[in-house]
Amino acid sequence: MFRNVAELVEMAESQNKKISDIMIEQEMKVTNRSREDVLTQMERNLVVMEEAVEKGLQGVKSHSGLTGGDAVLIQNYIKTGKSLSGDLLLDAVSKAVATNEVNAAMGTICATPTAGSAGVVPGTLFAVQNKLNPSREEKIRFLFTSGAFGFVVANNASISGAAGGCQAEVGSASGMAAAAIVEMAGGSPAQCAEGMAITLKNMLGLVCDPVAGLVEVPCVKRNAMGAANAMVAADMALAGVTSRIPCDEVIDAMYKIGQTMPVALRETAQGGLAATPTGRELEAKIFGFALDKKG
Amino acid sequence: MKYKSVFEIIGPVMIGPSSSHTAGAARIGKMARELFGREPKWANISFYGSFAKTYKGHGTDVALIGGLMDFETDDERIINAFEHAKKKKIKIRIREEEAVTDHPNTARILIGDDNGEMELVGISIGGGKIEIIELNGFELKLTGHHPAILVVHDDRFGAIAAVSNILASHKINIGHMDVSRKDIGQMALMTIEVDQNVEEVVLKELKQLPEVTQVTRIAN
Repeated sequence: MFRNVAELVEMAESQNKKISDIMIEQEMKVTNRSREDVLTQMERNLVVMEEAVEKGLQGVKSHSGLTGGDAVLIQNYIKTGKSLSGDLLLDAVSKAVATNEVNAAMGTICATPTAGSAGVVPGTLFAVQNKLNPSREEKIRFLFTSGAFGFVVANNASISGAAGGCQAEVGSASGMAAAAIVEMAGGSPAQCAEGMAITLKNMLGLVCDPVAGLVEVPCVKRNAMGAANAMVAADMALAGVTSRIPCDEVIDAMYKIGQTMPVALRETAQGGLAATPTGRELEAKIFGFALDKKG
Repeated sequence: MKYKSVFEIIGPVMIGPSSSHTAGAARIGKMARELFGREPKWANISFYGSFAKTYKGHGTDVALIGGLMDFETDDERIINAFEHAKKKKIKIRIREEEAVTDHPNTARILIGDDNGEMELVGISIGGGKIEIIELNGFELKLTGHHPAILVVHDDRFGAIAAVSNILASHKINIGHMDVSRKDIGQMALMTIEVDQNVEEVVLKELKQLPEVTQVTRIAN
């Protein structure tokens, strides 16, 4: 069983395998199941992700009315041909947004690694597939590669916003996605780790400050930027750029930053954007009172 | 290592919006129901930390109540759990606590019916993963990741050996085991995580041990 990214990369490179192979084999061993069984379960998750994006791209609205409809706006904008950051990047952004809008509307999603960060991995997958034309199995592998890196973060740091801030949720998701994009694009296991490291470095310190405590503002747009960050970092890693700080040390830094983060900025709706005048106003409108004034 | 399966990272499939505050809460509720062994007639739920501050927006309350009614994390009935509970005449009370707990996502649940009651504390540690850390005053650690049996017994020499002997005779391997007691010689609790589902006949044998007062099984 791999305990950190260094071991994961070493296992893959010494056996001339992909990161996804190592994750699939470990899952078979730990749960004592066949390869087919494990792949089938992951495909079910893939189907849930596909359905969520599809639903989000048709336009949804959350119960609070805070989020919904942005995925449609971005898709329509792409169609005008005027996008400045590139159609593929914006496609990833819109599909990440679509997933999180469905999540906010209490729709069915697959947590990757959490519900609040569920948009990043599928968003990037369903965008890069249009350029890389992966097989069904390669799409499933994308999720195992993401999962392998998420597994390391979850065991050595945290994937919970309440424990480690948004850097632990969207930060982790973004790093996981970058690594999986690198593998799908033909990068080496070491390059996957570079993609993860470069991504997570740029998410360090990100706080969890949801307005009214809802997984909506700023979560949906943080997924958008998480997807964009993953795409750019993956390209950098594929170009041969490396992180001066090794991936495991970046993960450890993220963990320590999370531990020192004030409680007000860890999913309690007490600080950051939640505590802005507009944030409080929205909260009062939704609940009929502001959370910080009660009791 | 806290996380063992990739499906704890890519998964669960769930009703939004929060894996820790919605899916995790549903799992705590479901585990409570399983430990209680039947649907409760009433539930007093106390939320702490982030759970207390944000449960309304995250649907933590409906998810936990859904879990008490045996709904899975992806069951759309969770959204209307209060109405479902009302139809089943389950009385629900929810309190927001100010006390600071070790984990920010903590729920204390007291459930019961005419035949008994049970109190437990569950925490949601991220990505929908949960732990039950207290049961009827006993400290324990139950993850729901493996099948498990809980054995309430007298704190006496040989009790642990007697239980593990029965498991051994049925070729059941113990993966993790915790023993917690109220005081020396008082009531004690064994939490045993095993690799195989435990058959009814094994439970029957365990219940017949003179030191054992209660046996509960948690399926995987």
